[in-house]
Amino acid sequence: MVADKLIYSGRLWKFGDNISTDHILPSRFMTEVEPHELAANCMAGCDPKFAAQVRFGDIFAAGENLGYGSSREQAPQALKYAGIRVVIAKSFARIFYRNCFNIGIPALICPQLVEETSEGDRVEVDLEKGVITNHALGRNYEFTKPPEFMLEYIQLGGLIPYLENQMGK
Amino acid sequence: MGLTVTEKILSYKTNRKDITPGQIIEVPVDVAFIHDNNGPIAIQQFSKLPLAKVWDSDKVYFVLDHHSPSSTIRAAQHHRNIRDFAGQYGCHLIEVGRGISHPVMAEEGIPRPGNIVVGSDSHTVGLGTFGCLATGIGSTEMAAVLATGKIWMKVPETIKIVLNGKLSPGICSKDVALLILKHFGPSFLNYMAVEFEGSLIDKLTLDERMVITVMSLEMGVKNALMPVDSRLLAKIGAGSAQEEIISADPDARYVAVIHFDVSSLEPMVATPPLPTSGGVVTDVAGTEIHQAALGSCSGAFYHDLEQAAKILKGRKIAPGVRFVIVPNTSHVMAAAVRSGIIDTLLKAGAIISSPSCGVCGGYEVGCLAPGEVCISTTTRNMEGRMGVGGKIYLASALTVAASAVTGCITDPRNLLGDV
Repeated sequence: MVADKLIYSGRLWKFGDNISTDHILPSRFMTEVEPHELAANCMAGCDPKFAAQVRFGDIFAAGENLGYGSSREQAPQALKYAGIRVVIAKSFARIFYRNCFNIGIPALICPQLVEETSEGDRVEVDLEKGVITNHALGRNYEFTKPPEFMLEYIQLGGLIPYLENQMGK
Repeated sequence: MGLTVTEKILSYKTNRKDITPGQIIEVPVDVAFIHDNNGPIAIQQFSKLPLAKVWDSDKVYFVLDHHSPSSTIRAAQHHRNIRDFAGQYGCHLIEVGRGISHPVMAEEGIPRPGNIVVGSDSHTVGLGTFGCLATGIGSTEMAAVLATGKIWMKVPETIKIVLNGKLSPGICSKDVALLILKHFGPSFLNYMAVEFEGSLIDKLTLDERMVITVMSLEMGVKNALMPVDSRLLAKIGAGSAQEEIISADPDARYVAVIHFDVSSLEPMVATPPLPTSGGVVTDVAGTEIHQAALGSCSGAFYHDLEQAAKILKGRKIAPGVRFVIVPNTSHVMAAAVRSGIIDTLLKAGAIISSPSCGVCGGYEVGCLAPGEVCISTTTRNMEGRMGVGGKIYLASALTVAASAVTGCITDPRNLLGDV
């Protein structure tokens, strides 16, 4: 699936600092691999209502060091299958950051947006321009665009389709 | 300008002289290992590449360590799929019961100085004890490594941590690790390489060094390196030309050099909910516990079992407390049986479980009920790590064993006497 324009608009969820992959998907669910199972238990480590209330197209924001801890890719996958299209944080733990792009979810560093935006606000992310707009506040926030090859991951749906493309060449 | 050890490895591996922090480079992988928690997704993703073959099966290890042996039908099925995949492509398979990836890879002498090692586990950084650039990656990225033998990396900035001084009686390398974590916090070293040196390192065994490199991940590091010194070379055998002692250039660029003197260090405890929230044991002494645990890639080496036995010899676990011990490899278990340590631990009332990640992530053994408190040598104490509502304090094997005996968090020096 190739996205034409890298623009995402959605309702924002907001969490604090050091949200670990154990919070996002606790280890007791680690033998689960099916999308609906991962989605149903998303954020089970700290917010049991999240999985029932999240909607397709929502945007996930958190403070410093989002994705701290375990390398488990099931955590960003759970967010993806629960409907999250973009994650934004003040900063990311490195494996989680790479995992997000590898499965086709943009992970954006934008501290000021996280600081000033409230849960439930509608935001629009323009990945190619490097701008996030908070419609409720009427404000724009710039972020450093990821390298080109990572944007290509997002356009193609992740590292595997990217690689398939490369191998087919 | 000179290069740090991490930069030297990247320079050598890519044949580039211009290695600078911030560059994005593609590097060849020498060793890749995948465990049973992330293997299923890695295999699933790999199978989406119809043209792909495993790039070099001799460099790939599957390790069944998280659910070991399997206690659910689901885990058993994952294991079966992993065994089939490893068999199909001729990859190495490390079976259930052998132990946790990192210490097993270390025992088998697989990581060599100068190697690039990637593992599907965050604590892969612990293998930097052997002078290699070792880092954790996710399942999809692992599928790409299996297909290509390569991975992109951003050249990290390097920080040097110098550890000097002599540990007092009752103080372990886990206390040193918790001190360093307390200093830097959970994200201060994100994306960075850390290189350790100093007179303390010279005195530590390789296992004790690995306690520190494994725990470094909890500060966000990309990789952690211990010096390639005579102790390491004696253990892994004389190196080939490529494995000559790797050391930083005298004019290498470090973003910072931080010194610690551990001579006056006291037993440390990381309080919930972060491994970096350390303090001295006396701050939390007396906190009632329900479980004590020795486990994980950073807390169930032979020296950990030996230290626990030193405390437990001739004593009993407190009523109402269970003491769960999960040796981190089968070799550790066998050595502890031969030396009588297991007998001492069992006589005191401890429970010995099969080598695995076990209690560290609340996998199958040693889960907590809501409201219960555990003191543990494991790697993490985030909320819910051993069960929703359970609280985890991290400490050395001596502090954990002393707490198991008294039923509350206890300074082990109170029980060590003149030892």
